[in-house]
Amino acid sequence: MLNIENLHVNIGDTPIIKGLDLHIKAGEVHAIMGPNGTGKSTLASTIAGREEYSVSGGSIRYQGDDLLAKEPHARAAEGIFLGFQYPVEIPGVSNLNFLRTALNSQRRQRGEADMSAADFMKLVRVKASELGLKPEMLKRFVNVGFSGGEKKRNEMVQMAVLDPKLAVLDETDSGLDIDALRVVSDGINAQRRSDTAILLITHYQRLLDYVQPDVIHVMAGGRIVKSGDKTLAAELEDKGYAAFE
Amino acid sequence: MADKAEAKKQVADATGDYKYGFVTDIESEFAPKGLSEEVIRFISAKKEEPEWLLDWRLKAYAMWQKMEEPDWAKVDYPRIDYNDIYYYAAPKQKEKLKSLDEVDPELLRTYEKLGIPLAEQKVLAGVEGAPKVAVDAVFDSVSVATTFREELTRAGVIFMSISEAVREYPELVQKYLASVVPMRDNFFATLNCAVFTDGTFVYIPKGVRCPMELSTYFRINAENTGQFERTLIIAEEGSYVSYLEGCTAPQRDENQLHAAVVELVALDDAEIKYSTVQNWYPGDKDGKGGIYNFVTKRAMCKGRNSKVSWTQVETGSAVTWKYPSCILAGEGSVGEFYSVAVTNNYQQADTGTKMIHSGKNSRSTIISKGISTGRSNNTYRGLVKVLAGADGVRNYTQCDSLLLTDTCGAHTVPYIEVKNPTAQIEHEATTSKISEDQLFYCRARGLDEEEAVAMIVNGFCKEVMQHLPMEFAVEAQKLLGISLEGSVG
Repeated sequence: MLNIENLHVNIGDTPIIKGLDLHIKAGEVHAIMGPNGTGKSTLASTIAGREEYSVSGGSIRYQGDDLLAKEPHARAAEGIFLGFQYPVEIPGVSNLNFLRTALNSQRRQRGEADMSAADFMKLVRVKASELGLKPEMLKRFVNVGFSGGEKKRNEMVQMAVLDPKLAVLDETDSGLDIDALRVVSDGINAQRRSDTAILLITHYQRLLDYVQPDVIHVMAGGRIVKSGDKTLAAELEDKGYAAFE
Repeated sequence: MADKAEAKKQVADATGDYKYGFVTDIESEFAPKGLSEEVIRFISAKKEEPEWLLDWRLKAYAMWQKMEEPDWAKVDYPRIDYNDIYYYAAPKQKEKLKSLDEVDPELLRTYEKLGIPLAEQKVLAGVEGAPKVAVDAVFDSVSVATTFREELTRAGVIFMSISEAVREYPELVQKYLASVVPMRDNFFATLNCAVFTDGTFVYIPKGVRCPMELSTYFRINAENTGQFERTLIIAEEGSYVSYLEGCTAPQRDENQLHAAVVELVALDDAEIKYSTVQNWYPGDKDGKGGIYNFVTKRAMCKGRNSKVSWTQVETGSAVTWKYPSCILAGEGSVGEFYSVAVTNNYQQADTGTKMIHSGKNSRSTIISKGISTGRSNNTYRGLVKVLAGADGVRNYTQCDSLLLTDTCGAHTVPYIEVKNPTAQIEHEATTSKISEDQLFYCRARGLDEEEAVAMIVNGFCKEVMQHLPMEFAVEAQKLLGISLEGSVG
């Protein structure tokens, strides 16, 4: 589903990602772990199409197409979802309005009809309740005044409603207490299907106790330095990242 | 799915032309070009005006000739040749219209193109059970259609063109005309006194809550014709009225001058809500053409606990010079000003309000949202003045500016003059550039750039938009999106 070859990404003049390869198939969950400042979030944003991150070499193919040629909204419409590490506040725009506009924009790009207001409300209410987001949060302005945990749950509600093919979740587990972590993990597991793929970016092993990845990658210095199965997480826990740098 | 080049082309197509740039083919009957006593006599005669009004106009004309065009606003435009303008153009009418059926179908088609809300189109089309919005259509300076006259008449509400009011209610017109904006007030207001061609007159009797929103669509249609509207709204004791004003104009190369005067009078416990959506032709992307909009709008909150609320969404005109104001003379009177001003390309807007507190315990609220993009300049200019005798005055002012490009300007010029120590005045101001994080967040969820900007800007304006009547708010939201298309640099 996602094939990244020898990717190089700069922010301004500074190289952040320096020759990264990553291959994710449908039905798989991958986790990227690594210390701060190794380019994990840059990778996530590059997949979603953030324009300030300039790709200076290599390629990203998604479902066989050149992903880098597409604008961020087109990538979203084709099923790429980025769960933000720091979900952004949009004052004056209600969560419901935001999500409905996003969903219908995606549907229109795919040549589908808009979802009716009634169907949309039904869908959102179900997903919000599954993810433990209080109904009144749906009427509040996007992420404004939300706690860290509420913001992350909100990201999961958006993911559940938009139903992406490839979810890239950038430290979705950070800032969550144990109950919230369980709920968010349930949300991620619900998105795990034979036709979807998930890329988890995380510092900690604890999320991986709830969402079992098929492949774990260790990222350091802008590259993937080691890949393995879930036992790699335990090894990391023992030795720390320093051993892989 | 459209590819990138296709999408870009669509955006270019959408932004390349002013959507409402068309010209309706209705023959105009012009006054001779230029301004003179003869032209004023022509206008007055055309409108079959009484002697007193002609004298009044001539007095204003004499006054105006000695006045200087103001230059203090932060707007820059070529000198206007006041003798190169037609001051009167009326659509030709064979006889007085008795009902909407008699309205020129061309005119009705124009409204359709303007995207007048369906509800009001139905009203215009005379559909049974249509929502109650009365439309007084001012087209090329003369009212040609007034709806719902009868129901309003039953409530005792007078809603008609000011020319009709001059004939039918001369005492009321004489009593209040220029009582809020004096003839000598300013260059453009004085000019309006001399040459005003039409406008709206509203009178709400004591204790009456106007049974519907009153709505007027202004439209400048004939080439080189200045539009000099004159609106007068009087709310008697304990009455209420909500008045909507919305505008579009066809595309022109020559700049067109608009100098309207709006006067509101609110007596004891009366409330007037005045909402404007203004999207006159702003000029093209190189700054060619567009309307010059020099408007004087002022309310007299004369009575105890009277209230006037101005809400405006200003997206059009090449040059805007406009300060809807309140004189808060009544004890406990309330003035409100909610404004969204959008400038794109080479537009210039210098707008704001004046809250003059002379009544005890009078209160005012000012919320101004300026959005600038392209190479435009957007200025908030506001005055909060508290006179010595006015105890217990409160004012809250909030001015927020949002910049979308590096080449536009936002300016805030607040004047605060307080002569009474009991006054509580608060002023908050922010200026920010549209956030890349917000844009990317929206785009990563599937919104294209235009949609993302429209959504963020509408959120930014929420506090103002929520004061618009519902059907207007929807239209205004769309308008913000249209005005900002292709605007992020």
